[in-house]
Amino acid sequence: MEEVKLMKGNEAIAHAAIRYGADGYFGYPITPQSEVLETLAELRPWETTGMVVLQAESEVAAINMVYGGAATGRAVMTSSSSPGVSLKQEGISYLAASELPALILNVMRGGPGLGTIQPSQADYFQATKGGGHGDYHLIVLAPASVQEMADFVALGFDLSFKYRTPAMILADGIVGQMMEKVILPEQRPRRTDEEVRAQCPWAACGRGNRDHKNVVTSLELDSAKMEVNNERFQATYRRIEENEVRYQEYFTDDADYLVVAFGSIARICLKAIEDARAKGLKIGLLRPITLWPFPTTRIAELSKQVKGMLTVELNAGQMVEDVRLAVEGAVPVRHFGRMGGMIPNPVEILDALASNFDELKL
Amino acid sequence: MAKVYGAVTIDARRCKGCDLCVVACPADVLELQPQEVNDRGYHYASVVNPDKCIGCAACATVCPDACIEVYRVVEK
Amino acid sequence: MTQEEIIRPENKVYSRPELLCDVHTHYCPGCSHGVVHKLVAQIVDEMGVADRTIGIAPVGCAVFAYNYIDIDWIEAAHGRAPALATAANRLNPGRLVFTYQGDGDLSAIGTAETIHACNRGENIAIIFINNAIYGMTGGQMAPTTLLGMKTATTPYGRQAELNGYPLAITPLLAQLDGTCYVTRQAVHTPAAVNKTKRAIRKAFENALAGRGTSVVEIVSTCNSGWKMTPDQANKWMVEHMFEKYPLGDLKDVESKTK
Repeated sequence: MEEVKLMKGNEAIAHAAIRYGADGYFGYPITPQSEVLETLAELRPWETTGMVVLQAESEVAAINMVYGGAATGRAVMTSSSSPGVSLKQEGISYLAASELPALILNVMRGGPGLGTIQPSQADYFQATKGGGHGDYHLIVLAPASVQEMADFVALGFDLSFKYRTPAMILADGIVGQMMEKVILPEQRPRRTDEEVRAQCPWAACGRGNRDHKNVVTSLELDSAKMEVNNERFQATYRRIEENEVRYQEYFTDDADYLVVAFGSIARICLKAIEDARAKGLKIGLLRPITLWPFPTTRIAELSKQVKGMLTVELNAGQMVEDVRLAVEGAVPVRHFGRMGGMIPNPVEILDALASNFDELKL
Repeated sequence: MAKVYGAVTIDARRCKGCDLCVVACPADVLELQPQEVNDRGYHYASVVNPDKCIGCAACATVCPDACIEVYRVVEK
Repeated sequence: MTQEEIIRPENKVYSRPELLCDVHTHYCPGCSHGVVHKLVAQIVDEMGVADRTIGIAPVGCAVFAYNYIDIDWIEAAHGRAPALATAANRLNPGRLVFTYQGDGDLSAIGTAETIHACNRGENIAIIFINNAIYGMTGGQMAPTTLLGMKTATTPYGRQAELNGYPLAITPLLAQLDGTCYVTRQAVHTPAAVNKTKRAIRKAFENALAGRGTSVVEIVSTCNSGWKMTPDQANKWMVEHMFEKYPLGDLKDVESKTK
């Protein structure tokens, strides 16, 4: 029987991690995501599944614990919010460069700097363009509901292990903090030592019966070899772009205009579009679920159908750049955003559509 | 009284000529090659007084490159 | 007795450890790292735990330690080795996990990770090479650089007013409840090498037995960075380093169990 629960997105992450059979969580408190660590501490999975839960001394230590655990082939994760995720960029770059699977949750708050504890989407660039040093990408999933917070733990881990590259759940303070009903996944067993060795023959978990040592490193001083490594990373990213683009469309069949929005804001946009449709305005919505890989191809297709696009974001205009790259000038692409923790209501979104596109003036 | 015979072998290819074995040897068995170098350009250590070796392994113990192996025979 | 009669397998009393890989190390001639690597290889071999040992390599001169000892290794970001070791050990019970860190890695950029791993009493061993200088980057000042000591970033000698004081971090670690064994050794003489070997073995045994964190500081030379011959560097170390960093056990809680 399905277990329907009412909980916060952050709590759902904790439950989902245990039920996925995650091996470890390493985190450091920061608003608005501290419930992840608090919930794990309350649930005590070390007594049931054997999952390790540890409050680290800093975000830097936490991501490096993730790096150490991932290097042994274990399914490990961390969570933080914007200022903390900036600190984690060192370890994230190392994870990408060492081709390690790991899951990182960013429950975004307003910045820059210490900013505010209210919701934001201002870390889009950081999450989708790399974030740390070097040429790399994370698989970036943008949940719009508490249910997706729960579901994306398994999706994030699975993709991360499939491609041996870290994945990020890029949530915002709204989905982290709001309570909704959620159906939690079934409890899966943690992998045994033997299963880890079989799934991750590269893992540095002790030689065991192997006839050679495993070394997990991101260092290669021979430029010719380092270029080959980089080419391998890029080939992985191309495979991810080919196979893992995810998005959701609403009312796009007959749309004359398209709104592109991700995360919780997409839900407010949907409400605005429903109101607009009631008034006869044919507006559609595309919600990217993977922010990287970005639904470039589908947006390019839609640019042949619609007369204009508007991105609605909790930032000064970040995803809009990727939409413009996809559209390649075919139609006008505009941005409407709120910042600093402010959240637009449906009326503001309709006003933004009207002020950008004359046809949408009522 | 027991007599101790020692001998060392030096992997000249691996030796970096740091001289620490020469300093550590209590019996003046070793010296760096004054002229010869190995293929990495080091004046490698070599045995100049083999008969003096007591097989104490001091040279091998301090060798940073693990290029010395030691043999010892105690004759009673 | 002829050399041929002595040099026979049955008479061998000192061998190159089997776990040392058959490669040239990148270390300068006379570098203390080579001796300590050899000890680690010997001990892991003698304990029979090569199949379940995970080494965490640092950033610094020992960054390539993973090329030299035939065990599994994870290369850490600068200073983060104790964080990696924490997870590698907690997620893989029964493994021997040790970090190998220099003075820049452990006592500058990795101070927080080091102190907190020790304070949590992680069941790991920390090998700390203190040669009072940054070797890999070309001889800059380390936290442990002595007052008056010339380095690339203290060309007129370290001055307290400009650069602060030399940091003796091991005594700090010994104060923490999580550490079970903290010792300071050296590898400048055969006797010192043998003592260091016993210390590292004890640290490894503590880690496997779950007694808490062990720290083995090895006061070392960087003859290239110090601009001396290896032998001069050893003598300089005895004359100058041992005053600030005296050898001996700082803590040894034999029977402590977690």
